Amino acid sequence: MALLEVRDLRVSFDTDDGTVYAVQGMSFSVGAGQTLGIVGESGSGKSVTTQAIMGLAPGAKISGEAVLDGADLISMSEDELQRIRGRKVSLIFQDPLTSLHPLYRVGHQIAEVMETHGKVARKEAIRRAVDLLGRVGIPEPDKRVRDYPHQFSGGMRQRVMIAMALAYEPMLIIADEPTTALDVTVQAQILELLGRMQQDFGTAVILITHDLGVVADVADDVVIMYGGRPMERADVRSVFVEPHHPYTQGLLESIPSYSGRTGRLKPIQGYPPSLMRMIEQCPFAPRCAQVRDACRVAPPPLKPVGSSPGHLSACVLDANRVGLASEPDEAGRAVGAAEER
Amino acid sequence: MIRLIVRRLLYLVIVLVIITFLTYVVFFAGNPNNLAARFAGRDAGPAEIRDAAIRLGLNHGFWYQYWHYLVGLLHGNFGLDFQNAVSINSEIARAFPVTASLVVGSVILWLLIGIPIGIMSATHPRTLRDRASTTFALTFLSVPNFVLGLLLLLVFYYYLTRAGLSWFPAAGYVPLTQSPVQWLVHMILPWISLALIQAAIYTRLIRGSLLDVLGEDFIRTARAKGLSRRTVIYKHGVRAALTPVITQLGIDIGTLLAGAFVTEKVFGLTGLGQLALNAIGNEDLPVVAAVVVLAASFIVIMNTVVDILYAVLDPRVRLA
Repeated sequence: MALLEVRDLRVSFDTDDGTVYAVQGMSFSVGAGQTLGIVGESGSGKSVTTQAIMGLAPGAKISGEAVLDGADLISMSEDELQRIRGRKVSLIFQDPLTSLHPLYRVGHQIAEVMETHGKVARKEAIRRAVDLLGRVGIPEPDKRVRDYPHQFSGGMRQRVMIAMALAYEPMLIIADEPTTALDVTVQAQILELLGRMQQDFGTAVILITHDLGVVADVADDVVIMYGGRPMERADVRSVFVEPHHPYTQGLLESIPSYSGRTGRLKPIQGYPPSLMRMIEQCPFAPRCAQVRDACRVAPPPLKPVGSSPGHLSACVLDANRVGLASEPDEAGRAVGAAEER
Repeated sequence: MIRLIVRRLLYLVIVLVIITFLTYVVFFAGNPNNLAARFAGRDAGPAEIRDAAIRLGLNHGFWYQYWHYLVGLLHGNFGLDFQNAVSINSEIARAFPVTASLVVGSVILWLLIGIPIGIMSATHPRTLRDRASTTFALTFLSVPNFVLGLLLLLVFYYYLTRAGLSWFPAAGYVPLTQSPVQWLVHMILPWISLALIQAAIYTRLIRGSLLDVLGEDFIRTARAKGLSRRTVIYKHGVRAALTPVITQLGIDIGTLLAGAFVTEKVFGLTGLGQLALNAIGNEDLPVVAAVVVLAASFIVIMNTVVDILYAVLDPRVRLA
């Protein structure tokens, strides 16, 4: 059974300008100890999805189900959610500088999690914080535990965030673009660390990103999100080798190649849909080169496609028509390379 | 941290010297004969004016005079006043406790009113409670100080006394050392009149500052850690929202210590503001100068205190 099973999640916000339908029917699942990549462009609803589940989206109207370890998070009260957050599910955010409190020592901020959930004494909590800082690769953790966030570099700050997320050994870590604000060289280190911690602690990870390369490196399963809906769900290999949904194919084709392939990039034409109204068709239809009349009737449901089990695509096109038209690209090879490792 | 404090104190001294110099130039560097004549009085003859000039040290050069003034100030000596030829020190010693009582009491009062209302407003934005607090703030921001003071007197002095309840006096000051109860009774209305207007400002200030902070990423992190709403708002939110409030408080205390002119006038409190107003009316230059130097010093000192408090509250400032 999945650790977290999200079914038909819908999230909307009432604003002065009208209702924003940020998520319009999202479904996915994460197995214990597994890594799920949620991929989508800005405004596709990937962050809202996880924040709404955890009760961290102020003013959101939420419906659907999000069953974590047998209990539905959506129907929980704020008090119940409080006991889940930081204890069973931790979150890591994009910008570690603004996400850490500027006025408290990092040791204090890590210790706070243990004190809140475990009634651990301050001294013991700080001792464990030192231990955690060491495990996430911060040199001289016994000294750095007394430092403030501004005294760390960007990568080191994200390590602090990871240590904080691990403080109560949660079942699930939701990492919301954890490497987007970091230098490219540091990105790889942080992803490697996240993977290693996941092994050590047996934690499941939801990795939210717009970077397919990151997903290729670390994810077991992938959900491609667009216009507040899942477009395609599959194991990571199928997504790169046998993509079914035209949007997924478009994403793969718009990745620049650094070797071999020449010629122009193929960006997806047009712009993402406005979420100021319910989208009553396939959200990608206006930009899709293979659009049919059926696409405009209703949003296509997820259906099994391709050869591997569990590969789902919300597209009306023939289920057996998978793979890119052009030759395998950089991302596909990256998966191959990852498998060889 | 210690380096920062030392540097701040050094600035403080330099700024104070500059202030005394400018004050001295503006007030005393005129025609010595005019000054001496004013000190000697309206009916004085040439001999008396010459005596006065010698007494005031006006026969010496400017730099000698300024040096003399500065040394006097350093010994806490503001010189003699023109009007009564008494020591200005004793006048300030009499007036300062009045102003200090007014300021300290009303600061406590306005913080007690402003902080809770501001926090409530920020944590329940756009609710009925928030709108009520906005109404409160706009009301007292719009009422001129003297109108509020006179209204308080009308209701709590005039009407109550006519109804046979002589709870509040109309005016005056009783030293704390003489009778704490009478001190309190005399100060309550002035406190309220000053505090309500200031509380209105602080309500808005705290609301704005806390609303900004509550939208910060680190507040989301605090919630993501599973901290209770209380901890998130008070330990993480209010703590970070204090900075602008402390700046404003430092400036306000400094300014008011120099004399809460209107409030002192309305309630007949003979504080520094009254002292200055009377001195200006009497063209009593040394007293005006003394109050100006004092006022500037209060503001500079409070700014230094604020700077040092910043460093205590915010680790990022300590590096500077």
